[in-house]
Amino acid sequence: MKQPVTLNINGHIREVWTSIHKTLLEVLREDLGLTGTKHGCELGECGACTVLIDGNPILSCLVIPVELLGKEIITVEGIAPNGRPHELQTAFAELGAAQCGYCTPGMLISATALLMANPRPDDPAIREALAGNLCRCTGYSKIIEAVELAAERMSEVRNPS
Amino acid sequence: MTDHGELNLVGKSWTKIDSMSKVVGDTLYADDMHLPQMLYCKILRSTQPHARIKKVNLEPARNFPGVIAAISGEDVPMKFGILPVSQDEEALCVDRVRMVGDPIAAVAALDEATAEAALEEIIVEYEPLPTIMSIDEALSHDEVQIHEYADLGNIHKLVSLEFGSIEQGFAEADHIREDIFYYEGNTHLPMEQHAAVAQYSAEGRLTLWSSTQTPHYVHRALAKVLELPPSHIRVIAAPVGGGFGGKSDPFSHEVVACKLAMMTGRPAKITLTREEVFYTHRGRHPVLMWIKTGMKKDGSITGMHFRSFLDGGAYGSYGVASTYYTGALQTLTYPIANYKFEGARVFTNKPPCGPKRGHATPQPRFALEVQLDKFAEDLDLDPAELRLRHLVPAHSKTVNHLSVTTMGLGDCIQKVVDASGFSERRGKLPPGKGLGISGSSYLTGAGLPIYWNKMPHSGVQIKVDRGGAVTVFCGSTDIGQGSNSMLAAIVAEELGLSLDRVIVVTADTDLTPVDLGSYSSRVTLMTGKAAISATEPIRNMILSAAAEELDVSPGRLAMSENRVFSVDNPTHELSFEEAAQLAEATYGTLGAVGSYTPPRRGGRFKGAGVGPSPAYSYSACVAEVTCDLETGQFTVDKLWLAHDVGKAINPMLVIGQLEGSVYMGLGEATMEEQVFRRGLHKIPSMLDYKSPTIFETPEIESYLVETNDPEGPYGAKEAGQGPLLPVPPAVANAVYNATGVRVDELPISPEKVLKGLHDLARGKPGRVGPTEFPTIEYPEPVQVEPPEELVAE
Repeated sequence: MKQPVTLNINGHIREVWTSIHKTLLEVLREDLGLTGTKHGCELGECGACTVLIDGNPILSCLVIPVELLGKEIITVEGIAPNGRPHELQTAFAELGAAQCGYCTPGMLISATALLMANPRPDDPAIREALAGNLCRCTGYSKIIEAVELAAERMSEVRNPS
Repeated sequence: MTDHGELNLVGKSWTKIDSMSKVVGDTLYADDMHLPQMLYCKILRSTQPHARIKKVNLEPARNFPGVIAAISGEDVPMKFGILPVSQDEEALCVDRVRMVGDPIAAVAALDEATAEAALEEIIVEYEPLPTIMSIDEALSHDEVQIHEYADLGNIHKLVSLEFGSIEQGFAEADHIREDIFYYEGNTHLPMEQHAAVAQYSAEGRLTLWSSTQTPHYVHRALAKVLELPPSHIRVIAAPVGGGFGGKSDPFSHEVVACKLAMMTGRPAKITLTREEVFYTHRGRHPVLMWIKTGMKKDGSITGMHFRSFLDGGAYGSYGVASTYYTGALQTLTYPIANYKFEGARVFTNKPPCGPKRGHATPQPRFALEVQLDKFAEDLDLDPAELRLRHLVPAHSKTVNHLSVTTMGLGDCIQKVVDASGFSERRGKLPPGKGLGISGSSYLTGAGLPIYWNKMPHSGVQIKVDRGGAVTVFCGSTDIGQGSNSMLAAIVAEELGLSLDRVIVVTADTDLTPVDLGSYSSRVTLMTGKAAISATEPIRNMILSAAAEELDVSPGRLAMSENRVFSVDNPTHELSFEEAAQLAEATYGTLGAVGSYTPPRRGGRFKGAGVGPSPAYSYSACVAEVTCDLETGQFTVDKLWLAHDVGKAINPMLVIGQLEGSVYMGLGEATMEEQVFRRGLHKIPSMLDYKSPTIFETPEIESYLVETNDPEGPYGAKEAGQGPLLPVPPAVANAVYNATGVRVDELPISPEKVLKGLHDLARGKPGRVGPTEFPTIEYPEPVQVEPPEELVAE
């Protein structure tokens, strides 16, 4: 059965006519064309589908849109709303933290949530924040380095010397 | 290149050309594609591990509202497979299923949920057959053959090779050891589930977008199975969300999407669920190994006899090559004077094994390097010293006729020994802490193609635009390792361009010359060499036209920074586009091709096709572990890895390959395993199939060793697979050093360590691992004389 659902996605109010049993992941990818959010299992195991909901990293394969009325949803397409890439995105690209790139959107979302809560995380804090995101390419080292680099650059912007 | 022959891009760590698209979420993977009128396909899979199919009734599915088409085996009966010698797969099983998860029927519907619901309506009647789930069962039950074409009973492939005289080798030894090892099977677990989209045009042309590492081989398989002329089929590799060897076969779901698109005239998409990815598999073979080695007191190896049993699963896949690979590369590291290899791959009713990163060489490397550790202890030698004293010389031939060019293993071992303090710290660490070491070697591209032909392995075509952009066309497939970026950088380097001037078009059988694909660590060397050769005519035409305009001899011109200039007066210059336009006016449209075929090397005996490569990479690893001697729990605290890459075209990307390989090797060493029970895969999910998270992945300290190999572009060798190989044995050797427990069976779990600790406490040997090795009758070995120019120590 389909019904209209109103969602706040990447700063825009979007009305979608969709099946009520569909997950947020499916609505994003199939109904809204936001294919930046990926899926590796659709069972809440891999972290590839992570999105921000009111600033918290949430697995979009485990929530249904009717639960999200009035909440702010941010996907990888929305973490840099002014058209310039987020420092995390630039750092991931520069350091080779995205190899195949498939886990990257989920990693970036988890890292964005981390830096919002903790602007200068140390290594254990980064590991804690990204522990739910699997990556099979990088061995995680470059991902940790990229988060550290982005945090450093963002703090320089906040506190110019 | 600059006028001084200095390199602008090669050797530097620039950003990959497609990275930004990946991080902003723009990259379109196969499942991200949507075409107008597109249908969604689903495959019904066998619930039986081994059975005859008595009946498949598709009618209820066909009548299901929203279903457009339904097919079963008889609609696509032609068999296929990656190797010409094992064409044993059916897109949908015709009369027999050989594993749980085998494809039986497929539907195309208006949406995925409808397709899934319609599958439930299909009626399948099975007649169960005896099930074979292990090497032992395969060897003891030949009353029912999983495949009738097997060499013997359920032995798919049986090989026996002897180089020199193993008998004489053992006669010359001062010390002989026999050991048995087991390496459990595991899977690639790419983050992206395989997906494919097929489109059949009104003109009768078929296009397939697929997450594949080998579009050329998929092209060939589709032509065969669909009985279409290859000229009417276009295969495009979509960006691949992780491969590691798991997307190198032609797959049933690709055939199914194509067939349903052809039948309906509408685009058809299929995306495997994670559970289906576990059935598609082609992962690491479980291998049981017996290794008997003779050594002199100084540690030189007089003879090695190696036997392997590979648990191949239900289909051939790359298995014949895998069988040979379990015996091919042992000889590349430390000279082996006489060598005998006997290998057997068996069929079982489990998902088919194939090529996973390192393709059937991590298992024998594990056995060899752990046994060397035992030898070092027996002979009271330092394990690093033992290896360093006996290295295969550069520019030599091994006993099994492999030609070694550059050989940096000594430097690799020295690097990790120095960095980890291996020699000083080992033996002086507190109880429960330990260090282990291992070396290894891997090929830089298979010397022979998968199907016999004399054509190039890689082709590159270049087109120059009047605006100063250069487009490079090549069949090679970027699976995240950065091969497109490597291709762009080499062309930019040769033509003196900035990276943003080069446009790369790859992995499209309509548009790009054939490259065999992303497997066997072949792309940088083979595509790189083809690219260099394709730039030569372009460079010559541009230099010649510019020379006339500038009134300078072509030999006194250089190309760099998007311009052509006199080396004697660098301000006397043309922009690249000006020079390209002059060249076009003189020579006509600017285009060129280049190709690469590996040198014909290796012996001339049956089985000599597996092992030869233009060049071999070398790696060494030291692992440090901490074990809880009460519980057996252990952590890998740090890994040091040095890799002889020949020359790093982009050191950052090479380090990325090293770190990723080390991580994957660590997973195989400590936790990853396929588990089956009563014909069922017990853990076909990412939650139950344990792989290292960011918590279990320790600091990895990487070192690059550059030996500048004459065979590689700018001296480059491979980096994507080799660095995995030394990790499992280094971890196993470290666990022994920490605990006194020898776990001769991967993965090393805390339970196995604890069992060893208990045995030690009761005065028994603290060894955990297989104790029995099946005896079978091997054929008379193919006897091969060692090469005459073998450099002996």
